[in-house]
Amino acid sequence: MIGWIEKLGHAGLLFCEHVGVSGLFLLRTILRKPRVIRLFPLVVEQVYSVGVLSFVIVALSGLFIGMVLALQGYNILERFGSVEQLGQLVALSVVRELGPVIGGLLFAGRAGSSLTAEIGLMQATEQLASMEMMAVDPLWRIIAPRFWAGVISMPVLIAIFCVVAVFGSYLVGVEWLGVDAGQFWSNMQASVNFRIDIVNGIIKGFVFGIVITWIAVYQGYYATPTAAGIGRATTKTVVYGSLVVLGLDFILTSFMLGGW
Amino acid sequence: MTDNFVEIIGLHFARNDHWVLNDVNLRIPRGKIVAIMGPSGSGKTTLLRLISAQLRPEIGKVLVNGVDVNSLARSDLYKMRSLMGMLFQSSGLFTGLSVFENVAFPLREHTKLSEDIIRNVVLMQLEAVGLRGARDLMPSELSGGMAHRVALARALVLNPQLMMYDEPFTGQDPITMGVLVKLIKHLNEVLELTSIIVSHDVAETMSIADYIYVIADSRIIGEGTPEQIANDKSPLVNQFIHGLADGPVPFHYPANKYREDLKL
Amino acid sequence: MLNKRIVELLVGLFMLIGIVAVFVLAFKVSGLSMYSSNGSFHVAAVFDNIGDLKVRAPVTIAGVRIGEVDSIAIDNSTFKAKVGMHIDKKQDKLPADTTAKILTAGLIGANYIELIPGYDESNLKDGALIIDTQPAIVLENLVGQLIYKLSGDKK
Repeated sequence: MIGWIEKLGHAGLLFCEHVGVSGLFLLRTILRKPRVIRLFPLVVEQVYSVGVLSFVIVALSGLFIGMVLALQGYNILERFGSVEQLGQLVALSVVRELGPVIGGLLFAGRAGSSLTAEIGLMQATEQLASMEMMAVDPLWRIIAPRFWAGVISMPVLIAIFCVVAVFGSYLVGVEWLGVDAGQFWSNMQASVNFRIDIVNGIIKGFVFGIVITWIAVYQGYYATPTAAGIGRATTKTVVYGSLVVLGLDFILTSFMLGGW
Repeated sequence: MTDNFVEIIGLHFARNDHWVLNDVNLRIPRGKIVAIMGPSGSGKTTLLRLISAQLRPEIGKVLVNGVDVNSLARSDLYKMRSLMGMLFQSSGLFTGLSVFENVAFPLREHTKLSEDIIRNVVLMQLEAVGLRGARDLMPSELSGGMAHRVALARALVLNPQLMMYDEPFTGQDPITMGVLVKLIKHLNEVLELTSIIVSHDVAETMSIADYIYVIADSRIIGEGTPEQIANDKSPLVNQFIHGLADGPVPFHYPANKYREDLKL
Repeated sequence: MLNKRIVELLVGLFMLIGIVAVFVLAFKVSGLSMYSSNGSFHVAAVFDNIGDLKVRAPVTIAGVRIGEVDSIAIDNSTFKAKVGMHIDKKQDKLPADTTAKILTAGLIGANYIELIPGYDESNLKDGALIIDTQPAIVLENLVGQLIYKLSGDKK
């Protein structure tokens, strides 16, 4: 019994230590001498590998989710005779919650895990150490571009997700199930507020992007430099990233609905 | 200008609550090839990392060119590191860049030389290691030995004064080993380098080293010229140098009595 | 190893699509363009009971949306509800004695404000206060009246 409690305490302390180390790591990455001109092409390259390559999965997921929401939504609204509210239902669900959250989960799974694996592999093959030996700081050359790329790509991906989802719901709702197009759009426009819903959705995107990318690069950098270690680190990125997205989503939503 | 390029004085280093290095004293004379040998896990790679200040010792000093590396601020440390080149065990080539780009990397990062000059310098370096024709290959297309040679070219491109080789011969085929041995010796003379080789390949290392330190159990258990080491009578050094299966490092992992285990 | 130019092109395209997506969200999904503060003027109305009226509820004339509610507060001297709304600048010819009513959209829908123009020559200006209003119809009061009337009829 005592042993259990001890283990719990130990795990808690270890967790705090990890959070501390990762916080310092993030600070060191961001607060390097910002040689912006040198950094920019590196960031562009990373936006390609983190953002552009995630485009397909995000867009496709958005499409399917929009279509399913329209189907399910129609099914239920039909009973109350208010199918013309479909547009509003889908748009609000997607823009406020599903876009940022599902986008975040997809991002953690696809981009986060690939970042962790890539950086972990560089650690394991001593590329980061040899870069240090050549007096080039890997934190700004390798880690920082990936971090900024993640922060930039995430809101973009979420915006794309939302648009595609709404479009998907339009396809199913209006074209297939016969909801009136005019009502679909006008009800949606009447109920979705740019400042409250869309801007907040994008803010969520930024926050999730920061957190997921932070976890991904941290796990990669501090991974045990073996094949098994990298595997574990990648799994941790996906698991922690997803959990943090869901938890933060709750916190942010309560702030936002409380009207900040 | 001190006579010894690197001096390690009274060094103690611990990892995970146990001492990896205990009261180690080393001198690396300028212009010489010094080998650090010992069984696996004896802390040889750790020593190299301590010299380049990638790790900090608990107690003791590491002096490079007369300067305590651990007292340097980050930017001075980076300047100090440009005096050193290191060849890593896994070669450490950047997988996303071609051979040419890998060797050019330090030049692009630290100098503002024009593309033409960079091109020529890189090609000269590659020529010195015999891989000028491989310049457009990607690291994934190179054999282990070739990757090591490219890493060597890259480490030398900024004209360091100290070269550190971390297990350069481990796992190489005989031809590659021969090539690397020849290159290390040749470059040390021609470029007036000081070289430190960490290895447990006894024959190869003894053929080119000027001085050898043997490390085991976190201490230096023997030092001297290759002849002195080969004739060293202490049992651990003897077992290591001659590759004896049993001796101070036992063959059997500690276990219960044999008869008891077999339940006879 | 992708050509650098292609990479940059794709990244640029990606960012562009993202920005376009944000615009689409802004205008098509949330109907942003309508009520920016340059294009509207602000008016307040005092109600005895606002019922279920919420901020962002539509403000209409003859059923046509011309603005929306932007604030709801209690007036601490009269203890009535003071509702602020902004109205599209194009409707600057509203008579100064316009009244306001709170109606319900459909049978069980949300509440909104309907403005009924009066006959005054001068116009409703920015910052004006409408005091002549009809409160929202509260269902319980309605039922209570009905029961009272029915029991009254029986006599």
